[in-house]
Amino acid sequence: MSEEKKKIMFTVRKAPHGSIYVYEGLEVKLIMAAYDADISVVFMDDGVFAVKQGQNTKALGIKGFEATYGALVDYEITKVFVDRLSMESRGMTEDDLLVIGEDEDTEEPIKPQVVDSDEIAAMMAEQHNILAF
Amino acid sequence: MKLAVCIYEGPYNHEASDTAYNFIQAALKRGHEFKGIFFYHDGVYNVTKLMEPPQDDRHIANRWSQLGATGIDIVVCIAAAKRRGIVDDVLVPNVRISGLGQLTMMAIEADRLVVFGD
Repeated sequence: MSEEKKKIMFTVRKAPHGSIYVYEGLEVKLIMAAYDADISVVFMDDGVFAVKQGQNTKALGIKGFEATYGALVDYEITKVFVDRLSMESRGMTEDDLLVIGEDEDTEEPIKPQVVDSDEIAAMMAEQHNILAF
Repeated sequence: MKLAVCIYEGPYNHEASDTAYNFIQAALKRGHEFKGIFFYHDGVYNVTKLMEPPQDDRHIANRWSQLGATGIDIVVCIAAAKRRGIVDDVLVPNVRISGLGQLTMMAIEADRLVVFGD
């Protein structure tokens, strides 16, 4: 345990619906979070739509997974980021982002953290491995 | 270098499986080591023995099986496989079905995890 945890980043770059990448990618995150690794998730490009609140997949005839993204903190995935440029260029603001959990002490809702591209680049440079979905 | 590969796309429809295979061959020639190969998403279709491509084409499943015979661990994700009707009975030899924990171990143990897919 003395060895430093491996840093593994997930990037979510595709739209949440229309293909299964984002959904099955979510399953990978939940499993990997149970292991001894330093997990982070970045939503960028069309992937920012995956953390838009108020999704309704009923008409698509699929289960949808907004609720699971809304519980990332429960899975101990707390390093969750959204690329500001991707978000704003798709007409979204921070208010559109869904809540991913609540603070254990204050019960304040936790939202993904909006960051600039250069911050994401700096985080990427520190990663042991990056998985894109 | 210790490498691992994850393949997202199915055979023939997409070049990912071919590119991954060529990458692995080239890396092995250079003396790199593989901690494993993991099939995810439609990638699970790459190792079914039910495929029967034209004889003058490459046989993608047999190619992976032959690579597995050299001792490289080739793993098919069970969750992705179950969705798509891929079970033990239809797998080519030298390939196994297991969980995402295997991909996690590859991601942790390998110096680089290289992903092939869209």
